[in-house]
Amino acid sequence: MLGRTANGTFWMARYLERAENTARLIEAGFRMALTRDAATAHEEWRSVITTVGQTGLFEELYGQDYAGDRVWNFLLRDKGNPGSVLAMIEAARSNARSVRTALTREVWEAVNETWMVLTEALSRPVREALLGQVLATIRRQATLVRGAFDGSMLRNEAYNFSRLGTFIERGDNTARILDVKYYVLLPSVAWVGSSLDNVQWESVLRSVAGDRAYRWLNAGAMDPRGIADFLLLDRRFPRSLHFCIDKLRSNLAGLAHEYGHESEAHELMRGLGTRFHETGIEGIFDFGLHEFIQDFIAANQQVAQAIERDYRFYA
Amino acid sequence: MSQSPSSYDEMFEADGTVRPAYAGYREWLHGQDSASLRRKGIEAESFFRRTGITFNVYGDTAGEERLIPFDMIPRIITAREWRKLTRGIEQRVRALNAFLHDIYHRQEIVRAGRVPQRLIAENAAYLPQMVGMVPPGGVYTHIVGIDLVRTGPDEFMVLEDNARTPSGVSYMLENRETMMAMFPELFTKVSVRPVQDYPRRLAKSLAACAPACAGDRPTVAVLTPGIYNSAYFEHAFLADQMGAELVEGSDLRVVDGRVAMRTTRGYTPVDVIYRRVDDEYLDPLTFNPNSALGVPGIMDIYRAGGITIANAPGTGIADDKAIYSFMPEIVEFYTGEKPLLQNVPTWRCSEKDSLAYVLDNLAELVVKEVHGSGGYGMLIGPTASKKEIAAFAQKLKAKPANYIAQPTLSLSTVPIFAKSGLAPRHVDLRPFVLVSPQGIDITPGGLTRVALKKGSLVVNSSQGGGTKDSWVLED
Repeated sequence: MLGRTANGTFWMARYLERAENTARLIEAGFRMALTRDAATAHEEWRSVITTVGQTGLFEELYGQDYAGDRVWNFLLRDKGNPGSVLAMIEAARSNARSVRTALTREVWEAVNETWMVLTEALSRPVREALLGQVLATIRRQATLVRGAFDGSMLRNEAYNFSRLGTFIERGDNTARILDVKYYVLLPSVAWVGSSLDNVQWESVLRSVAGDRAYRWLNAGAMDPRGIADFLLLDRRFPRSLHFCIDKLRSNLAGLAHEYGHESEAHELMRGLGTRFHETGIEGIFDFGLHEFIQDFIAANQQVAQAIERDYRFYA
Repeated sequence: MSQSPSSYDEMFEADGTVRPAYAGYREWLHGQDSASLRRKGIEAESFFRRTGITFNVYGDTAGEERLIPFDMIPRIITAREWRKLTRGIEQRVRALNAFLHDIYHRQEIVRAGRVPQRLIAENAAYLPQMVGMVPPGGVYTHIVGIDLVRTGPDEFMVLEDNARTPSGVSYMLENRETMMAMFPELFTKVSVRPVQDYPRRLAKSLAACAPACAGDRPTVAVLTPGIYNSAYFEHAFLADQMGAELVEGSDLRVVDGRVAMRTTRGYTPVDVIYRRVDDEYLDPLTFNPNSALGVPGIMDIYRAGGITIANAPGTGIADDKAIYSFMPEIVEFYTGEKPLLQNVPTWRCSEKDSLAYVLDNLAELVVKEVHGSGGYGMLIGPTASKKEIAAFAQKLKAKPANYIAQPTLSLSTVPIFAKSGLAPRHVDLRPFVLVSPQGIDITPGGLTRVALKKGSLVVNSSQGGGTKDSWVLED
């Protein structure tokens, strides 16, 4: 397959994943803001912008005005924001179009429909009353693409590159959420028995769609170590870092099998996998949660860059 | 039924009886209610949008991607008509290839005084780089679209030859898909010859033109200018259907004396390039130095026999409308036969007597630029205002050799499904022809373009034309 095609499938998946994650973040932020006073709500929206790494651009445009509707419109559809959901859906579709021959008709149509539906849904500023509906539409469209992908794609290199894009992006996203919120976890780890900020907990879990899974696994008990363990290390939870790492490894293994040899990305991935395998949650807290997450984000990024080089995405 | 009594309607005779070609279809149509047909029409449109069958219109950013309107009433051709057409098309395409070979070699036709030297030497589409070289397999026009118009029961004429890069074949295929999806039972009642194996035939035909250095299974790639090109959908569609790679200029480079594409495993040689990039942009080292769409050095490899370029560079000269006017002579010169398909009578404004006639009769004529395409830059006398005609006359006098003129033809009509019911509209037909050393292969059908505006003769999609499914009936 062409290097450019590998690039296109990889980035199509990354943009779709990032668009969906942004919608989930907004959803969690919105829920938090509804249950809090105005000042806390602003803080919550600020942390949403921090999580997506858009603080500079946002403040350049709007200063310190972290009003909810401003933030979600910025994240969803602002023309000045190249990382808006709308811009990402356009980029995903544009990538899909340029690699049309590597996708099944079902996948292409799902991506194209997603673009049509969301272009329409985001053609005007989103009012508070409609926000829930718009976010649900984004989630539903992402699910549609995922379903088409899972149900129709040949398990070949195009599939592998696309899945690599999905899990590079997803791991990065979960890590960023944790990194922005780790301060919520830390004091409660230190002061065993102190009252937990349950709503904050909920928010973190909800933004990775893990609130129900976590409650089910833990019979409703909220425990900071348990939550960190769940989001970082639980290999059953599809948005945990360890789950993403497993998927990256299996898709890289698929490529190694097809190409008959490994590359630099495999080497890097093995290092990352070993680290996760050998480090328990205690070790992570001893090492420093923030440092551990920062290390992961950097390593994940290195793997992505190695994939781009090894498989000649650009040159 | 027919709106102007002089034009031939393909479905109905002048007295309203149904022609034999449409008998089966008409019977089926009687059993349909118009409300459900209308609903199907809306379904078809949303189907096209969803699947992304759109074309981009240059200089129109707001409506960047548009649909070509699809009309659900098919254009039907009988087996007998088709046999006759294919014989004429085959003869013409053979002559076109012989002509192209000749003008890049000994120019016998010029020596014989049948075509003026000036028309070739001064033509921008004539490429000196092609002189003396024989493309792999000796084929110049691997894919040809012959635009036909009909003016009477047995009168088909060639309006235009598209030897450069004929487009529209994806519509031929998608229109059939759409019809079969909307009206499956119709195809059990009427026996229509299939068109769906066109991509397979194309892949086979291109592979048969591979250069000698290719292996048993030649690597074929479709070269596209990219997603912003107006026909990108078609490029992707054909590559997909052929199982070929869809490449852009940036994916290709010359490696070890071959043109190679950058794959995830490194550079792999390409044997045949079906290029949808114009000559001018093909090789920045040879043609336009600013082109980022082509491959630096590809012409050197081509001349050394390391790759097949389809269609061959320099074939565009055959699309020139001044050359077109010589097609009857060209066919006779190379085949030794009378042309089976007629040309539309054409006045070359470069000739003094013709120019005088054209200027005197502008209001009745269609005047076209010799290098023009897409329906741009032409004058349709009968529908033009006095002012437009006067302005055009000035342009014509300033550069007469730039124009040809033809009588305003009364193109045949096929009904469209309009708001008020069936309404006749003018159509043309572009069958697609594949050429390889193994022979000439014509897919039974083609692209029928239809002028959706009442009375309009301009069928180009860039000018608001639509398309129809084109049926060739089984014997």
